[in-house]
Amino acid sequence: MDFRVLLASLIDGLMLGFVYGLAAMGLTLIWGVMRVINLAHGPIIALGMFGVYLLFIHGGVNPYLGLLIVAFLGLLFGILIYALAVHRVLTAPHLSTLLATFSVNMMIIGVGTALFTTTPRNIDISLGRLVFGPVVLLGTRLVAVLAAVFITAALYLFLYRTTLGKMVRAVASNRAAAELMGIPSSRVLALSFGLGTMLAAAAGGLIATFFPFTILSGGTYELKSFVICVLGGLGNPTGALVGGLILGALEGLIPTFMPVSYVPVIEFLLFVLLLLLRPQGLFGER
Amino acid sequence: MGRWMKISGILVALAVLAACAPPTPPAPTATPMAPAQPQPSPTAAASPAPAVKTIVLGFTASQTGKLTKESKEQVQGLQLWLEDLKRAGGIRLPDGTTIQVELKFYDDESTKERVQQLYVKLITEDKADFLISPYSSGLADAAAVIAEQYGKLMITTGAASDSTYEKGYQHIFQIYTPSSRYLTGAIDFLKKMDPNAKRIAIVYENEKFSTDVVKAAKPYAESQGFEVVLFEGYETGTTDFGPFINKIVAANPDAIIGGGHFQDGSTLAKQLFEKKVPVKMIALLVAPAVPEFAQLGDAAVGVIGPSQWEPGAKYSPDTARAAGLPWYGPTVEEFVKAYKDKYGYEPGYHAAGGYAAGLVLQKAIEDAGSIETAKVKAALEKMDIMTFYGRIKFDTEKAHGKQIGHEMVYLQWQKDASGNLVRPIVWPEAAQAAKPLYPLSR
Repeated sequence: MDFRVLLASLIDGLMLGFVYGLAAMGLTLIWGVMRVINLAHGPIIALGMFGVYLLFIHGGVNPYLGLLIVAFLGLLFGILIYALAVHRVLTAPHLSTLLATFSVNMMIIGVGTALFTTTPRNIDISLGRLVFGPVVLLGTRLVAVLAAVFITAALYLFLYRTTLGKMVRAVASNRAAAELMGIPSSRVLALSFGLGTMLAAAAGGLIATFFPFTILSGGTYELKSFVICVLGGLGNPTGALVGGLILGALEGLIPTFMPVSYVPVIEFLLFVLLLLLRPQGLFGER
Repeated sequence: MGRWMKISGILVALAVLAACAPPTPPAPTATPMAPAQPQPSPTAAASPAPAVKTIVLGFTASQTGKLTKESKEQVQGLQLWLEDLKRAGGIRLPDGTTIQVELKFYDDESTKERVQQLYVKLITEDKADFLISPYSSGLADAAAVIAEQYGKLMITTGAASDSTYEKGYQHIFQIYTPSSRYLTGAIDFLKKMDPNAKRIAIVYENEKFSTDVVKAAKPYAESQGFEVVLFEGYETGTTDFGPFINKIVAANPDAIIGGGHFQDGSTLAKQLFEKKVPVKMIALLVAPAVPEFAQLGDAAVGVIGPSQWEPGAKYSPDTARAAGLPWYGPTVEEFVKAYKDKYGYEPGYHAAGGYAAGLVLQKAIEDAGSIETAKVKAALEKMDIMTFYGRIKFDTEKAHGKQIGHEMVYLQWQKDASGNLVRPIVWPEAAQAAKPLYPLSR
């Protein structure tokens, strides 16, 4: 196989990997803080796509400005989901939170299908391209990479440098002890859930600038997020970003050696092997 | 005991309710048959008692389920044909008999099971004399089994698959160009435009229709002296063609053909454009023939797509004469105008196929001078005509009933003088409405 094809494919894959990682970070954050697997993760990614799309088509809002609005709405929406569906079942067995978030998932998909149908949508935006020999970097993807890195950095600053962020980490490590220290744990949990959905919505908004989508498109990225979280260790945001890069690289490289149809086979084979051999993930602590 | 009383009470109540209910209306049929109007034409007046016969033309429509949109267009085309036929006073046979046609149809819910039940019902209960197929290859294939079993003639439309005609059926006649010839014209186009183009990449959606098409296109391309440098499928629903495109670039083709349906085809076209893949021609199935393809903007420009028929098709009595074929039925302009007047928008190929199915049957009955199945069948087998929809001629050999006269037209997205995206026909040359854009400037 030609080296230049490998290089081009690897870079394409890595660039996508940043966005995958961003989406997975949303899932892993919620798990890390409250031990909830958010099954509404996919539809929230899809809502992020539609948010940016609708603002762009009907309001003429630049997709990247729209992304900020969508991220903020994602935060509020997450807090709402937490208050309505998650809070009351938080201490119940895992199955209850799974079912609760799954119900939210079904509701979003149902309403979304009714409102938007499943006709694919497209955001027609081009930011040109940079060409380095065999490697073509598309402007939209480059911006997505920068946005993903920026959001990750902001998340870290928030978690490690602000009081509120420290509260989030305190609640994550021991909710009862945090309560005793006077931290309003319910509000912190709601905020954390909101942050998780915000990341998902932002990732969706970025994906919408280069791939077509329907209200059902989130499912694919939700599955990828699961694989990535397990790769990177559930509850570990850095792990999620690295996991995203690994998955992206695999998706870029595998098709150069075999038919594209084998990509999910290899991906999920890896998933199963990892669960068997290293269930805490590549960067897990346990 | 008490429980039995209750149950029988409920049963009686139900029976009473059923009796009170208005009689269930018969299944939807077309506009009720107008009473056979007396024909004031001199020939009719001359014969003492002009006989009028009414035949039943049966089919199913997908009024619910996933095929509703295409099926509706097809049925509208067929209904327009019936209207025109009525206005002309029906089909007149040489012996003076006038044939009036009544359409009888049911909703097949877009499922094969319903199709088979309903075609049996159409034949045995409604005594349909002739049949038209439902929309889509799958449903038409299911209906064909029944039509053949009962020895009824069926004109299939909206159904491109080849396999239905390779089962030895004798009563099924196809209006659409079969899928094996969907992309062969694009290969002819390439050969004509650029004798130096030698390398073709074939990339396609991994599902039946697209695979059938490319499996026929590949040997055809090779027989025409092309080298197929990449032949690979992608999953339905693929959104990221990045790795695929890197592979295409590495194979260094002159042209890319393939695709599948709307979503994947338009995404592929978009990403090929974004990556400025340096090919001279791109021809994709289905997607370019859908008006929404224009949303791709510049990425749509130059992309070629096959279509069964387009409102801009150049078939006319003149082209028929040039080809030495008899012309039959309305002109393209007449059909487009009548359809627009009745339904408010331009017809696509689904509607044209519906109209053409009726027209072909009408012509066959006229030629046969009879409504007997055997005679009409013989007339269909002999048929070689030109219509607004193109040429119609059926295979009478191994693949009996397969369409061999009708040609696909190939449209290409181009920008007109004012910068709007349009899709004129660029192939075959006889139907060309604009100069083809070749090679692509990417």
